Amino acid sequence: MASTYTEKVMELFRNPKNMGEMKDPDGVGEVGNPSCGDVMSVMIKVKGNRITDIKFQTFGCVAAIATSSMITELAKGKTLEEAEKLSRQDVADSLGGLPPIKMHCSNLAADALKAAIEDYRKKRS
Amino acid sequence: MNRIYMDNGASSRVDDEVVKEMLPYFSEKYGNASSLHSFGSEAREAMENARGKVAALIGAKPEEIIFTSGGTESDNLAIKGTAAAKCGKGDHIITTNIEHPAVLEPCRYLGKIGYKIAYVKVGNDGIVRAEDIEAAITDKTVVVSVMHANNEIGTIQPIAEIGKIAEKRGIAFHCDAVQSAGKIPVDVNKLGVSLLSISGHKVHGPKGVGALYVRKGTAIEPILHGGGHEAGLRSSTENIPGIVGMGKACEIAKRDLERNAAHVLKLRDRLIDAALKLEEAYLNGSRETRLPYNANFRFLGIEGESLLMMLDGMGIAASTGSACSSKKLQASHVLLALGLPEWQTHGSLRLTLSKYNTMEEVDFVLGELPEAVSKLRSMSPVWRKLKMGGRIEDVHGKHIH
Repeated sequence: MASTYTEKVMELFRNPKNMGEMKDPDGVGEVGNPSCGDVMSVMIKVKGNRITDIKFQTFGCVAAIATSSMITELAKGKTLEEAEKLSRQDVADSLGGLPPIKMHCSNLAADALKAAIEDYRKKRS
Repeated sequence: MNRIYMDNGASSRVDDEVVKEMLPYFSEKYGNASSLHSFGSEAREAMENARGKVAALIGAKPEEIIFTSGGTESDNLAIKGTAAAKCGKGDHIITTNIEHPAVLEPCRYLGKIGYKIAYVKVGNDGIVRAEDIEAAITDKTVVVSVMHANNEIGTIQPIAEIGKIAEKRGIAFHCDAVQSAGKIPVDVNKLGVSLLSISGHKVHGPKGVGALYVRKGTAIEPILHGGGHEAGLRSSTENIPGIVGMGKACEIAKRDLERNAAHVLKLRDRLIDAALKLEEAYLNGSRETRLPYNANFRFLGIEGESLLMMLDGMGIAASTGSACSSKKLQASHVLLALGLPEWQTHGSLRLTLSKYNTMEEVDFVLGELPEAVSKLRSMSPVWRKLKMGGRIEDVHGKHIH
Protein backbone atom coordinates (compact mmCIF):
# COMPACT_ATOMS: atom_id res chain seq x y z
CA MET A 1 0.00 0.00 0.00
CA ALA A 2 0.97 3.56 -0.62
CA SER A 3 1.78 4.31 3.00
CA THR A 4 4.82 2.06 2.91
CA TYR A 5 6.69 3.96 0.20
CA THR A 6 10.15 5.16 1.18
CA GLU A 7 11.10 8.83 1.18
CA LYS A 8 13.26 8.18 -1.89
CA VAL A 9 10.29 6.73 -3.78
CA MET A 10 8.11 9.72 -2.89
CA GLU A 11 10.88 12.15 -3.80
CA LEU A 12 11.33 10.63 -7.28
CA PHE A 13 7.57 10.43 -7.74
CA ARG A 14 7.25 14.15 -7.02
CA ASN A 15 10.35 15.16 -8.96
CA PRO A 16 11.11 12.45 -11.48
CA LYS A 17 14.45 12.57 -13.28
CA ASN A 18 14.79 12.17 -17.05
CA MET A 19 11.06 12.34 -17.62
CA GLY A 20 9.71 13.39 -20.99
CA GLU A 21 9.87 12.74 -24.69
CA MET A 22 13.04 12.38 -26.76
CA LYS A 23 13.62 13.60 -30.26
CA ASP A 24 14.93 10.91 -32.62
CA PRO A 25 15.77 8.24 -30.04
CA ASP A 26 18.19 5.49 -31.07
CA GLY A 27 16.12 2.87 -29.21
CA VAL A 28 12.64 2.74 -27.69
CA GLY A 29 11.30 0.11 -25.31
CA GLU A 30 7.72 -0.06 -24.15
CA VAL A 31 6.35 -2.59 -21.69
CA GLY A 32 3.19 -3.05 -19.67
CA ASN A 33 -0.44 -2.82 -20.59
CA PRO A 34 -2.96 -0.03 -20.04
CA SER A 35 -5.53 -2.61 -18.92
CA CYS A 36 -3.23 -3.59 -16.06
CA GLY A 37 -2.67 0.02 -15.13
CA ASP A 38 0.96 0.44 -16.07
CA VAL A 39 2.81 1.25 -19.28
CA MET A 40 6.48 2.29 -19.32
CA SER A 41 8.29 3.74 -22.24
CA VAL A 42 12.10 4.17 -22.20
CA MET A 43 13.98 6.05 -24.93
CA ILE A 44 17.76 6.00 -25.31
CA LYS A 45 20.49 7.75 -27.23
CA VAL A 46 23.60 5.65 -27.77
CA LYS A 47 27.09 6.83 -28.69
CA GLY A 48 30.04 4.44 -28.91
CA ASN A 49 28.14 1.63 -27.15
CA ARG A 50 27.29 3.92 -24.23
CA ILE A 51 23.90 5.31 -23.18
CA THR A 52 24.47 9.04 -23.43
CA ASP A 53 20.90 10.16 -22.90
CA ILE A 54 17.80 8.49 -21.60
CA LYS A 55 14.17 9.53 -21.06
CA PHE A 56 11.07 7.82 -19.80
CA GLN A 57 7.32 8.21 -19.89
CA THR A 58 5.14 6.20 -17.56
CA PHE A 59 1.45 5.60 -17.00
CA GLY A 60 1.18 4.00 -13.62
CA CYS A 61 1.26 4.23 -9.87
CA VAL A 62 3.75 5.98 -7.59
CA ALA A 63 6.06 2.95 -7.64
CA ALA A 64 5.92 2.71 -11.44
CA ILE A 65 6.94 6.34 -11.84
CA ALA A 66 9.69 6.16 -9.21
CA THR A 67 11.18 2.93 -10.62
CA SER A 68 11.14 4.41 -14.14
CA SER A 69 13.00 7.44 -12.92
CA MET A 70 15.49 5.29 -11.02
CA ILE A 71 16.26 2.98 -13.94
CA THR A 72 17.06 5.98 -16.13
CA GLU A 73 19.42 7.34 -13.50
CA LEU A 74 21.12 3.97 -13.10
CA ALA A 75 21.49 3.42 -16.84
CA LYS A 76 22.70 6.84 -17.91
CA GLY A 77 26.38 6.77 -18.88
CA LYS A 78 26.59 2.99 -18.73
CA THR A 79 27.63 0.75 -21.62
CA LEU A 80 24.84 -1.31 -23.16
CA GLU A 81 26.22 -4.46 -21.54
CA GLU A 82 26.34 -2.84 -18.10
CA ALA A 83 22.87 -1.40 -18.51
CA GLU A 84 21.44 -4.72 -19.60
CA LYS A 85 22.58 -6.30 -16.37
CA LEU A 86 20.56 -3.91 -14.19
CA SER A 87 18.05 -6.02 -12.34
CA ARG A 88 14.82 -5.32 -10.59
CA GLN A 89 16.69 -5.78 -7.33
CA ASP A 90 19.13 -3.01 -8.28
CA VAL A 91 16.20 -0.70 -8.90
CA ALA A 92 14.37 -1.62 -5.70
CA ASP A 93 17.56 -1.39 -3.61
CA SER A 94 18.39 2.07 -4.99
CA LEU A 95 14.93 3.18 -3.89
CA GLY A 96 15.46 1.90 -0.36
CA GLY A 97 13.04 -0.94 -1.04
CA LEU A 98 9.53 -1.27 -2.41
CA PRO A 99 6.38 -2.73 -0.85
CA PRO A 100 6.32 -6.44 -1.85
CA ILE A 101 3.11 -5.97 -3.81
CA LYS A 102 4.86 -3.31 -5.93
CA MET A 103 7.98 -5.29 -6.83
CA HIS A 104 6.62 -5.99 -10.30
CA CYS A 105 7.02 -2.28 -11.06
CA SER A 106 10.80 -2.56 -10.77
CA ASN A 107 10.59 -5.59 -13.05
CA LEU A 108 8.76 -3.46 -15.55
CA ALA A 109 11.39 -0.71 -15.39
CA ALA A 110 14.29 -3.12 -15.93
CA ASP A 111 12.40 -4.74 -18.81
CA ALA A 112 11.62 -1.41 -20.47
CA LEU A 113 15.31 -0.55 -20.49
CA LYS A 114 16.21 -3.98 -21.93
CA ALA A 115 13.55 -3.55 -24.60
CA ALA A 116 15.02 -0.17 -25.57
CA ILE A 117 18.51 -1.70 -25.89
CA GLU A 118 17.11 -4.57 -27.99
CA ASP A 119 15.33 -2.06 -30.19
CA TYR A 120 18.58 -0.12 -30.67
CA ARG A 121 20.45 -3.28 -31.66
CA LYS A 122 17.71 -4.38 -34.03
CA LYS A 123 17.76 -1.01 -35.77
CA ARG A 124 21.54 -1.15 -36.14
CA SER A 125 21.72 -4.65 -37.55
CA MET B 1 0.21 22.54 5.62
CA ASN B 2 -3.52 23.00 5.77
CA ARG B 3 -5.09 19.61 5.10
CA ILE B 4 -8.40 19.07 3.35
CA TYR B 5 -10.32 15.88 4.01
CA MET B 6 -12.52 14.67 1.17
CA ASP B 7 -12.51 10.97 1.98
CA ASN B 8 -15.56 10.89 4.23
CA GLY B 9 -16.82 7.76 2.50
CA ALA B 10 -13.87 5.99 4.12
CA SER B 11 -14.37 7.46 7.58
CA SER B 12 -15.41 10.77 9.05
CA ARG B 13 -14.40 13.16 11.80
CA VAL B 14 -16.12 12.35 15.09
CA ASP B 15 -18.42 15.21 16.03
CA ASP B 16 -17.30 17.11 19.15
CA GLU B 17 -20.75 16.60 20.66
CA VAL B 18 -20.32 12.86 20.15
CA VAL B 19 -16.92 12.76 21.86
CA LYS B 20 -18.35 14.71 24.81
CA GLU B 21 -21.22 12.28 25.14
CA MET B 22 -18.90 9.26 25.05
CA LEU B 23 -16.25 10.37 27.55
CA PRO B 24 -18.03 9.55 30.85
CA TYR B 25 -18.44 5.95 29.67
CA PHE B 26 -14.69 5.34 29.77
CA SER B 27 -13.67 6.43 33.23
CA GLU B 28 -16.83 7.03 35.28
CA LYS B 29 -19.65 4.88 33.97
CA TYR B 30 -17.60 1.92 32.87
CA GLY B 31 -19.90 -0.86 34.02
CA ASN B 32 -20.98 -3.91 32.06
CA ALA B 33 -24.53 -3.48 30.81
CA SER B 34 -25.33 -7.02 31.98
CA SER B 35 -24.40 -6.26 35.62
CA LEU B 36 -27.14 -5.81 38.19
CA HIS B 37 -25.49 -3.05 40.27
CA SER B 38 -25.72 0.69 39.66
CA PHE B 39 -22.70 0.68 37.31
CA GLY B 40 -24.46 -1.89 35.19
CA SER B 41 -27.78 -0.11 35.16
CA GLU B 42 -26.29 3.24 34.09
CA ALA B 43 -24.53 1.49 31.22
CA ARG B 44 -27.78 -0.28 30.31
CA GLU B 45 -29.74 2.95 30.40
CA ALA B 46 -27.22 4.70 28.18
CA MET B 47 -27.34 1.81 25.72
CA GLU B 48 -31.15 1.78 25.54
CA ASN B 49 -31.19 5.53 25.14
CA ALA B 50 -28.76 5.19 22.21
CA ARG B 51 -30.81 2.35 20.74
CA GLY B 52 -33.80 4.67 20.63
CA LYS B 53 -31.80 7.31 18.76
CA VAL B 54 -30.49 4.84 16.19
CA ALA B 55 -33.99 3.46 15.70
CA ALA B 56 -35.40 6.97 15.26
CA LEU B 57 -32.94 7.76 12.45
CA ILE B 58 -34.27 4.91 10.32
CA GLY B 59 -37.93 4.82 11.45
CA ALA B 60 -37.54 1.55 13.37
CA LYS B 61 -38.60 0.36 16.82
CA PRO B 62 -35.79 0.31 19.41
CA GLU B 63 -36.19 -3.43 19.96
CA GLU B 64 -35.44 -4.00 16.27
CA ILE B 65 -31.90 -2.57 16.59
CA ILE B 66 -28.99 -4.96 17.20
CA PHE B 67 -25.66 -3.29 17.98
CA THR B 68 -22.63 -4.77 16.23
CA SER B 69 -18.97 -3.93 15.71
CA GLY B 70 -19.65 -2.12 12.43
CA GLY B 71 -21.01 -2.33 8.92
CA THR B 72 -19.06 -5.43 8.01
CA GLU B 73 -20.42 -7.41 10.93
CA SER B 74 -23.96 -6.16 10.30
CA ASP B 75 -23.77 -7.33 6.68
CA ASN B 76 -22.31 -10.70 7.69
CA LEU B 77 -24.96 -11.23 10.34
CA ALA B 78 -27.76 -10.32 7.95
CA ILE B 79 -26.64 -12.62 5.15
CA LYS B 80 -25.19 -15.61 6.99
CA GLY B 81 -27.83 -15.30 9.71
CA THR B 82 -30.81 -15.43 7.35
CA ALA B 83 -29.19 -18.16 5.26
CA ALA B 84 -28.67 -20.25 8.42
CA ALA B 85 -32.24 -19.67 9.58
CA LYS B 86 -33.55 -21.03 6.27
CA CYS B 87 -31.09 -23.93 6.20
CA GLY B 88 -32.71 -26.89 4.48
CA LYS B 89 -35.51 -24.74 3.03
CA GLY B 90 -33.55 -22.81 0.44
CA ASP B 91 -30.05 -22.32 -0.90
CA HIS B 92 -30.28 -19.32 -3.19
CA ILE B 93 -29.12 -15.75 -2.50
CA ILE B 94 -29.53 -12.69 -4.70
CA THR B 95 -27.28 -9.66 -4.62
CA THR B 96 -25.74 -7.22 -7.13
CA ASN B 97 -22.33 -6.89 -8.73
CA ILE B 98 -21.58 -3.53 -7.06
CA GLU B 99 -21.98 -4.47 -3.39
CA HIS B 100 -19.36 -3.70 -0.78
CA PRO B 101 -16.98 -6.60 -0.04
CA ALA B 102 -18.74 -6.94 3.34
CA VAL B 103 -21.71 -8.32 1.36
CA LEU B 104 -19.90 -9.92 -1.58
CA GLU B 105 -17.47 -11.92 0.54
CA PRO B 106 -20.06 -13.53 2.86
CA CYS B 107 -21.95 -14.44 -0.32
CA ARG B 108 -18.82 -15.90 -1.88
CA TYR B 109 -18.23 -17.86 1.32
CA LEU B 110 -21.77 -19.24 1.30
CA GLY B 111 -21.23 -20.10 -2.36
CA LYS B 112 -18.26 -22.21 -1.30
CA ILE B 113 -20.34 -24.22 1.14
CA GLY B 114 -23.14 -24.99 -1.30
CA TYR B 115 -25.34 -21.92 -1.73
CA LYS B 116 -26.06 -20.56 -5.18
CA ILE B 117 -25.47 -16.84 -5.54
CA ALA B 118 -27.02 -14.64 -8.25
CA TYR B 119 -25.05 -11.45 -8.85
CA VAL B 120 -27.49 -9.19 -10.67
CA LYS B 121 -25.75 -6.68 -12.94
CA VAL B 122 -26.27 -2.93 -12.76
CA GLY B 123 -26.66 -0.70 -15.81
CA ASN B 124 -23.99 1.69 -17.11
CA ASP B 125 -25.42 4.25 -14.71
CA GLY B 126 -24.48 2.10 -11.70
CA ILE B 127 -28.08 1.32 -10.79
CA VAL B 128 -29.70 -2.09 -10.63
CA ARG B 129 -33.19 -2.58 -12.10
CA ALA B 130 -35.82 -3.91 -9.71
CA GLU B 131 -37.24 -6.12 -12.45
CA ASP B 132 -33.85 -7.79 -12.87
CA ILE B 133 -33.86 -8.63 -9.17
CA GLU B 134 -37.39 -10.00 -9.49
CA ALA B 135 -36.39 -12.13 -12.46
CA ALA B 136 -33.60 -13.71 -10.43
CA ILE B 137 -35.90 -14.92 -7.63
CA THR B 138 -36.47 -18.67 -7.36
CA ASP B 139 -38.46 -20.86 -4.93
CA LYS B 140 -35.16 -21.46 -3.13
CA THR B 141 -34.22 -17.80 -2.59
CA VAL B 142 -33.58 -17.19 1.11
CA VAL B 143 -32.39 -13.58 1.08
CA VAL B 144 -31.99 -10.65 -1.30
CA SER B 145 -29.25 -8.14 -0.44
CA VAL B 146 -28.99 -4.81 -2.26
CA MET B 147 -27.10 -1.75 -1.04
CA HIS B 148 -28.84 1.61 -0.69
CA ALA B 149 -26.05 3.91 -1.90
CA ASN B 150 -22.88 2.59 -3.45
CA ASN B 151 -19.72 3.32 -1.49
CA GLU B 152 -17.57 4.13 -4.52
CA ILE B 153 -19.83 6.00 -6.91
CA GLY B 154 -22.70 6.99 -4.60
CA THR B 155 -25.46 5.73 -6.89
CA ILE B 156 -28.77 5.14 -5.11
CA GLN B 157 -30.53 1.84 -5.72
CA PRO B 158 -34.32 1.39 -6.06
CA ILE B 159 -34.69 -0.19 -2.61
CA ALA B 160 -38.38 0.63 -2.09
CA GLU B 161 -39.27 -1.04 -5.40
CA ILE B 162 -37.24 -4.13 -4.57
CA GLY B 163 -38.76 -4.11 -1.07
CA LYS B 164 -42.25 -4.44 -2.53
CA ILE B 165 -41.15 -7.39 -4.64
CA ALA B 166 -39.44 -9.14 -1.71
CA GLU B 167 -42.48 -8.62 0.50
CA LYS B 168 -44.83 -10.00 -2.16
CA ARG B 169 -42.64 -13.09 -2.50
CA GLY B 170 -42.13 -13.45 1.25
CA ILE B 171 -38.32 -13.28 1.01
CA ALA B 172 -36.03 -11.62 3.56
CA PHE B 173 -34.62 -8.39 2.12
CA HIS B 174 -31.36 -6.96 3.44
CA CYS B 175 -30.09 -3.50 2.58
CA ASP B 176 -26.57 -2.22 3.28
CA ALA B 177 -27.28 1.42 4.15
CA VAL B 178 -23.84 2.18 5.56
CA GLN B 179 -23.25 5.00 3.06
CA SER B 180 -26.76 6.43 3.08
CA ALA B 181 -28.10 6.38 6.65
CA GLY B 182 -27.76 9.82 8.16
CA LYS B 183 -27.05 11.34 4.75
CA ILE B 184 -30.32 10.88 2.88
CA PRO B 185 -33.70 9.82 4.30
CA VAL B 186 -33.71 6.14 5.27
CA ASP B 187 -37.00 4.72 6.57
CA VAL B 188 -37.17 0.97 6.99
CA ASN B 189 -40.93 0.94 6.43
CA LYS B 190 -40.91 3.09 3.31
CA LEU B 191 -38.02 1.02 1.95
CA GLY B 192 -39.75 -2.26 2.84
CA VAL B 193 -36.59 -3.93 4.15
CA SER B 194 -36.42 -6.73 6.70
CA LEU B 195 -32.75 -6.08 7.55
CA LEU B 196 -30.66 -2.91 7.24
CA SER B 197 -26.99 -2.31 8.09
CA ILE B 198 -25.61 0.97 9.36
CA SER B 199 -22.26 2.10 10.71
CA GLY B 200 -21.23 4.70 13.29
CA HIS B 201 -18.04 6.13 11.83
CA LYS B 202 -19.46 7.10 8.45
CA VAL B 203 -21.70 9.72 10.07
CA HIS B 204 -19.34 11.37 12.56
CA GLY B 205 -19.63 8.65 15.16
CA PRO B 206 -16.83 6.41 16.45
CA LYS B 207 -15.27 3.47 14.63
CA GLY B 208 -15.91 -0.08 15.82
CA VAL B 209 -19.65 0.22 16.26
CA GLY B 210 -22.56 -0.39 13.93
CA ALA B 211 -26.08 -1.72 13.98
CA LEU B 212 -28.33 -4.12 12.17
CA TYR B 213 -32.03 -3.42 11.95
CA VAL B 214 -33.96 -6.69 12.15
CA ARG B 215 -37.67 -6.39 11.43
CA LYS B 216 -39.80 -8.19 14.00
CA GLY B 217 -40.56 -11.72 12.76
CA THR B 218 -37.52 -12.02 10.47
CA ALA B 219 -35.99 -15.49 10.71
CA ILE B 220 -32.33 -15.04 11.60
CA GLU B 221 -29.62 -16.93 13.50
CA PRO B 222 -26.63 -15.35 15.28
CA ILE B 223 -23.11 -15.67 13.91
CA LEU B 224 -21.50 -14.92 17.31
CA HIS B 225 -22.62 -17.36 19.99
CA GLY B 226 -22.02 -16.74 23.66
CA GLY B 227 -23.69 -14.96 26.54
CA GLY B 228 -26.82 -14.10 24.58
CA HIS B 229 -26.50 -10.31 24.41
CA GLU B 230 -28.63 -8.28 21.99
CA ALA B 231 -31.65 -10.57 22.15
CA GLY B 232 -29.41 -13.56 21.57
CA LEU B 233 -28.37 -12.26 18.15
CA ARG B 234 -24.99 -10.82 19.03
CA SER B 235 -23.14 -12.15 22.03
CA SER B 236 -20.27 -10.08 23.39
CA THR B 237 -20.15 -7.44 26.10
CA GLU B 238 -21.63 -4.31 24.59
CA ASN B 239 -19.27 -1.51 23.53
CA ILE B 240 -21.01 1.11 25.64
CA PRO B 241 -18.89 4.17 24.77
CA GLY B 242 -19.15 3.27 21.08
CA ILE B 243 -22.87 2.66 21.28
CA VAL B 244 -23.43 5.94 23.12
CA GLY B 245 -21.37 7.72 20.46
CA MET B 246 -23.26 6.10 17.64
CA GLY B 247 -26.55 7.05 19.26
CA LYS B 248 -25.49 10.68 19.54
CA ALA B 249 -24.16 10.68 15.96
CA CYS B 250 -27.49 9.33 14.69
CA GLU B 251 -29.41 11.92 16.70
CA ILE B 252 -27.34 14.75 15.21
CA ALA B 253 -27.53 13.27 11.71
CA LYS B 254 -31.32 13.08 11.91
CA ARG B 255 -31.59 16.61 13.31
CA ASP B 256 -29.36 18.15 10.62
CA LEU B 257 -30.01 15.80 7.71
CA GLU B 258 -31.68 18.23 5.33
CA ARG B 259 -29.38 21.13 6.10
CA ASN B 260 -26.23 19.02 5.67
CA ALA B 261 -27.47 17.43 2.45
CA ALA B 262 -28.28 20.83 0.95
CA HIS B 263 -24.85 22.11 1.98
CA VAL B 264 -22.84 19.25 0.46
CA LEU B 265 -25.01 19.19 -2.67
CA LYS B 266 -23.81 22.70 -3.51
CA LEU B 267 -20.20 21.66 -2.96
CA ARG B 268 -20.57 18.46 -4.94
CA ASP B 269 -22.20 20.17 -7.89
CA ARG B 270 -19.44 22.75 -8.04
CA LEU B 271 -16.87 19.93 -7.95
CA ILE B 272 -18.59 18.00 -10.72
CA ASP B 273 -19.28 20.99 -12.96
CA ALA B 274 -15.69 22.20 -12.77
CA ALA B 275 -13.91 18.83 -12.92
CA LEU B 276 -15.87 17.75 -16.00
CA LYS B 277 -14.53 20.79 -17.84
CA LEU B 278 -11.09 19.17 -17.79
CA GLU B 279 -10.13 17.29 -20.93
CA GLU B 280 -11.18 13.62 -21.05
CA ALA B 281 -12.75 13.77 -17.60
CA TYR B 282 -15.91 11.83 -16.83
CA LEU B 283 -18.26 11.22 -13.94
CA ASN B 284 -18.61 7.58 -12.87
CA GLY B 285 -22.22 6.63 -12.20
CA SER B 286 -25.50 8.50 -12.59
CA ARG B 287 -25.33 12.19 -11.78
CA GLU B 288 -29.02 12.47 -10.86
CA THR B 289 -29.50 9.37 -8.73
CA ARG B 290 -26.50 9.68 -6.44
CA LEU B 291 -25.61 10.80 -2.94
CA PRO B 292 -25.12 14.54 -2.58
CA TYR B 293 -21.96 13.56 -0.69
CA ASN B 294 -20.22 11.73 -3.54
CA ALA B 295 -18.30 12.71 -6.67
CA ASN B 296 -16.34 10.05 -8.55
CA PHE B 297 -14.41 10.92 -11.68
CA ARG B 298 -12.17 9.23 -14.14
CA PHE B 299 -9.38 11.10 -15.86
CA LEU B 300 -8.19 9.19 -18.89
CA GLY B 301 -4.50 8.52 -19.38
CA ILE B 302 -3.46 8.63 -15.73
CA GLU B 303 -3.44 6.20 -12.86
CA GLY B 304 -5.46 6.81 -9.70
CA GLU B 305 -2.92 5.97 -7.03
CA SER B 306 -0.51 8.49 -8.53
CA LEU B 307 -3.24 11.11 -8.61
CA LEU B 308 -4.22 10.35 -5.03
CA MET B 309 -0.63 10.66 -3.81
CA MET B 310 -0.03 13.83 -5.80
CA LEU B 311 -3.14 15.39 -4.25
CA ASP B 312 -1.97 14.14 -0.85
CA GLY B 313 1.23 16.10 -1.43
CA MET B 314 -0.98 19.17 -1.97
CA GLY B 315 -2.79 18.49 1.31
CA ILE B 316 -5.90 16.92 -0.22
CA ALA B 317 -7.12 13.53 1.02
CA ALA B 318 -9.18 11.54 -1.52
CA SER B 319 -9.44 7.94 -2.65
CA THR B 320 -9.40 5.90 -5.85
CA GLY B 321 -10.71 2.64 -7.24
CA SER B 322 -7.49 2.00 -9.12
CA ALA B 323 -6.04 -1.50 -9.16
CA CYS B 324 -2.63 -0.28 -8.00
CA SER B 325 -4.14 1.13 -4.83
CA SER B 326 -5.95 -2.08 -3.90
CA LYS B 327 -4.51 -4.88 -1.84
CA LYS B 328 -5.25 -7.36 -4.60
CA LEU B 329 -4.05 -5.19 -7.51
CA GLN B 330 -7.46 -5.63 -9.12
CA ALA B 331 -9.47 -2.91 -10.79
CA SER B 332 -12.56 -1.80 -8.90
CA HIS B 333 -15.42 -4.25 -9.44
CA VAL B 334 -17.80 -1.28 -9.28
CA LEU B 335 -16.13 0.60 -12.14
CA LEU B 336 -15.92 -2.60 -14.19
CA ALA B 337 -19.64 -3.16 -13.50
CA LEU B 338 -20.31 0.15 -15.28
CA GLY B 339 -19.07 -1.53 -18.45
CA LEU B 340 -15.94 0.63 -18.70
CA PRO B 341 -12.96 -0.76 -20.59
CA GLU B 342 -10.40 -1.90 -18.04
CA TRP B 343 -7.80 0.73 -18.92
CA GLN B 344 -10.29 3.48 -18.03
CA THR B 345 -10.91 2.10 -14.54
CA HIS B 346 -7.39 2.98 -13.39
CA GLY B 347 -7.77 6.74 -13.41
CA SER B 348 -10.61 7.15 -10.95
CA LEU B 349 -10.80 9.68 -8.14
CA ARG B 350 -13.42 9.64 -5.41
CA LEU B 351 -14.16 12.78 -3.43
CA THR B 352 -16.59 12.21 -0.57
CA LEU B 353 -17.82 15.19 1.38
CA SER B 354 -19.09 15.91 4.88
CA LYS B 355 -20.77 18.73 6.73
CA TYR B 356 -17.33 19.97 7.72
CA ASN B 357 -16.21 20.69 4.15
CA THR B 358 -16.50 24.25 2.89
CA MET B 359 -16.81 25.97 -0.48
CA GLU B 360 -13.31 27.40 0.09
CA GLU B 361 -11.97 23.86 0.32
CA VAL B 362 -13.79 22.90 -2.88
CA ASP B 363 -12.27 25.88 -4.64
CA PHE B 364 -8.81 24.95 -3.36
CA VAL B 365 -9.23 21.40 -4.67
CA LEU B 366 -10.46 22.70 -8.00
CA GLY B 367 -7.42 24.96 -8.16
CA GLU B 368 -4.96 22.10 -7.58
CA LEU B 369 -6.67 19.24 -9.42
CA PRO B 370 -5.96 20.42 -13.00
CA GLU B 371 -2.26 20.77 -12.19
CA ALA B 372 -2.07 17.28 -10.69
CA VAL B 373 -3.89 15.74 -13.66
CA SER B 374 -1.82 17.54 -16.27
CA LYS B 375 1.47 16.78 -14.52
CA LEU B 376 0.67 13.06 -14.59
CA ARG B 377 -0.53 13.27 -18.16
CA SER B 378 2.72 14.90 -19.21
CA MET B 379 4.44 11.72 -17.96
CA SER B 380 1.99 9.29 -19.54
CA PRO B 381 2.63 7.40 -22.79
CA VAL B 382 -1.04 6.38 -22.74
CA TRP B 383 -2.12 10.01 -22.72
CA ARG B 384 0.30 10.77 -25.56
CA LYS B 385 -1.25 8.01 -27.64
CA LEU B 386 -4.75 9.12 -26.76
CA LYS B 387 -3.94 12.64 -27.93
CA MET B 388 -2.46 11.31 -31.16
CA GLY B 389 -5.77 9.60 -31.79
CA GLY B 390 -4.50 6.07 -31.17
CA ARG B 391 -6.65 3.26 -29.90
CA ILE B 392 -5.64 2.55 -26.32
CA GLU B 393 -6.60 -1.09 -26.70
CA ASP B 394 -3.73 -1.27 -29.21
CA VAL B 395 -1.12 -0.16 -26.67
CA HIS B 396 0.42 -3.46 -25.77
CA GLY B 397 3.93 -3.79 -24.55
CA LYS B 398 5.29 -6.98 -23.15
CA HIS B 399 2.84 -8.32 -20.60
CA ILE B 400 4.47 -8.69 -17.21
CA HIS B 401 1.93 -9.60 -14.54
